[in-house]
Amino acid sequence: MAAVLQVEGLGKQYRIHHLERPQTLRASLQRFLRTPVARIHDAFRAPREDELIWALRDVSFELERGQVLGIVGRNGAGKSTLLKILSRITDPTEGYAEVRGTLSSLLEVGTGFHPELTGRDNVYLNGAILGMRRAEVTKKFASIVEFAGVEAFVDTPVKRYSSGMYMRLAFAVAAHLEPDILLVDEVLAVGDLEFQRRCLGKMREVTGEGRTVVFVSHNMAAIRSLCPRAILLDRGRLRADGPVEDVISAYLTTDVKADRSGAVPADVPRLGVGDVRVRHVELYGPDEEPLAHARLGQPLTVVIGLESKRRVLALLEVGISSLDGTRATTAFNTDDGQPAHMLEPGYTRVTVQLEPFLLPGHYALDLGVHHAGIGGVLDFVERIRDFEVLNLDDEGRDKYPLGRVRGYVRSPARWSEPEPADWDRPAVEARG
Amino acid sequence: MSTTLDTQVSPAEESRRLGYRIEPRRGRFFDLDLRELWDYRELLYFLTWRDLKVRYQQTLLGLSWAVIQPLVTMFVFTIIFNRVGNIQPEYHVPYPLFVTAGLLPWFYFTGALSKVAGSIVSNSGLVSKIYFPRLLIPIANAVVPVVDFLASFLLLVGMFLWYGRTPHWHAVVFPFFLGMALFTALGVGLWLAALNVRYRDVGYLVTFATQIWLFLTPIAYGSSIVPQRFKWLVSINPLTGVCDGFRWSVLGRGEPHYSVYGISWGVAILLTLTGLWYFRRTEREFADII
Repeated sequence: MAAVLQVEGLGKQYRIHHLERPQTLRASLQRFLRTPVARIHDAFRAPREDELIWALRDVSFELERGQVLGIVGRNGAGKSTLLKILSRITDPTEGYAEVRGTLSSLLEVGTGFHPELTGRDNVYLNGAILGMRRAEVTKKFASIVEFAGVEAFVDTPVKRYSSGMYMRLAFAVAAHLEPDILLVDEVLAVGDLEFQRRCLGKMREVTGEGRTVVFVSHNMAAIRSLCPRAILLDRGRLRADGPVEDVISAYLTTDVKADRSGAVPADVPRLGVGDVRVRHVELYGPDEEPLAHARLGQPLTVVIGLESKRRVLALLEVGISSLDGTRATTAFNTDDGQPAHMLEPGYTRVTVQLEPFLLPGHYALDLGVHHAGIGGVLDFVERIRDFEVLNLDDEGRDKYPLGRVRGYVRSPARWSEPEPADWDRPAVEARG
Repeated sequence: MSTTLDTQVSPAEESRRLGYRIEPRRGRFFDLDLRELWDYRELLYFLTWRDLKVRYQQTLLGLSWAVIQPLVTMFVFTIIFNRVGNIQPEYHVPYPLFVTAGLLPWFYFTGALSKVAGSIVSNSGLVSKIYFPRLLIPIANAVVPVVDFLASFLLLVGMFLWYGRTPHWHAVVFPFFLGMALFTALGVGLWLAALNVRYRDVGYLVTFATQIWLFLTPIAYGSSIVPQRFKWLVSINPLTGVCDGFRWSVLGRGEPHYSVYGISWGVAILLTLTGLWYFRRTEREFADII
């Protein structure tokens, strides 16, 4: 079967210079007047190597009709750039992509919606923006409104919609475009759970009809359930392409610095002056077994091996980051008012007990050693170790029924028993 | 290729049949791609419709703004230029009627120019998220104020009635002058719209420049004030052709100033062509820097 999407050596280069350009006409004129010759020369000369960054480089893959492809990678890996090129918003610098059929993208959900216009008007407007004919929209109108569940509000300005209704209507229009290739970028991160389920359902329906889908998400559960195949982008390059499980495991271990035994090689990318080096990191569960998968509610123990060249008062940092590189939380050794650790020259071991506060998901540890007095960075290693918190309760069943829960950190909370309440009285009064 | 004329074929279906290739754009010096614009003509209609609808939903006085603005300006001009400054009208009509006939196309022009100039930036959401021919945005913004212009005709009709006069029959050629104003606004506006993506102070420039421009254009005064040997010079300002011509068409007896219209049209077309060229040349980086 012929490929509906063929991407060959695709690359996008940005000139950093662009970003530093004067942003007002005045600043530009001033610079121009001060050094006219240099400026003209500057505008036309070829950019220097260090002014150029490749947001995407040498990416090739093919997609056949009806395939669903997941794209994974951390923030800044080039996922959005790839989707932008495929949806023709921005031009590639090199390479090409052949698209055989229609392509539309859910990056654009709700774009072009105007708050002052009614739901009906916006459906027509958005349809036109996405490339639909008026007759086509008229034909699908009832079905769009029904899918969005806003039948009663079609003639209400969308500024009066809840954000959920707004998103549903926007998604409904895009979903009814029925393109041959659908690009989906993290739409599932918004909207309520019910809506997310409908989106996933709609996407399954869509793929069932032989449509091709390219799906970008940080949600591994969604990627796993929707995409048999995935590709991994890392700093603009294609690092893996294959069955989803292989690619996800490649993704999870990309850039993890420590080896199996917990040793951290000296040559991993680090920050800091180097008076102290993190040499070792191990992760233990409650039974002192080394672990890669933690159950929910299990305390974690991090054992850090440090090598110090001199005597130094150290502020130690344990960071926990999600897969996309977002820092979920940070613990310092001075958090509860304890003094910083005094490290003597030679090897030191520090053990950190982390309370069981993480929600299910994949995480990575970042370790930092800072100078407690002047605050300078002595050593910092990102993604030194990865681990997963499983969605399992003590009996081994799913803890969170939906298979996914948003956020990273469980909030310590105390819930009351349900009590009879009188709706007419404000809560404060009722309590008093 | 009879199928391309089928109005039921959407741009989406069009690309399905043909497929397309995404690659670095290079080469051709001037590539207007009229065919693609034509494919997206319905979007032009919807963008125009959206702007009109939103505009008159959100304003208190709606279309009557189109009448109030020139009406008030007419009063001010009459007092300052006619009563105080003793500037005399042409065409043997009262000064208020004379100045109004010049103000209507002027208001269209400034309205269109400022909308076109800000059009890409104010639609940055669309530009950075969806592919469609970017040219549609400035074009729609040049077309929307035409509705205001037509509404402001009411003022002119009212003033003819007030003075008990009738417009000249060759008022029917007014679209010729309106077109001149539209192309000028579009041409200058395309330059500014593209520059505005990078330099956000273009907006101030427009406000300031149109204030000066107003007095360089024969609106408060008639074009006969200008000495014959400088006629060509003022005609380079296409608004001279627009306002003088529009005035002649509704009030005029006597000979039209063909050479003025010719030069002004020429400049308007030249501005539009260079504007199109610059816009097409820079549009590919809009999404990257907006």
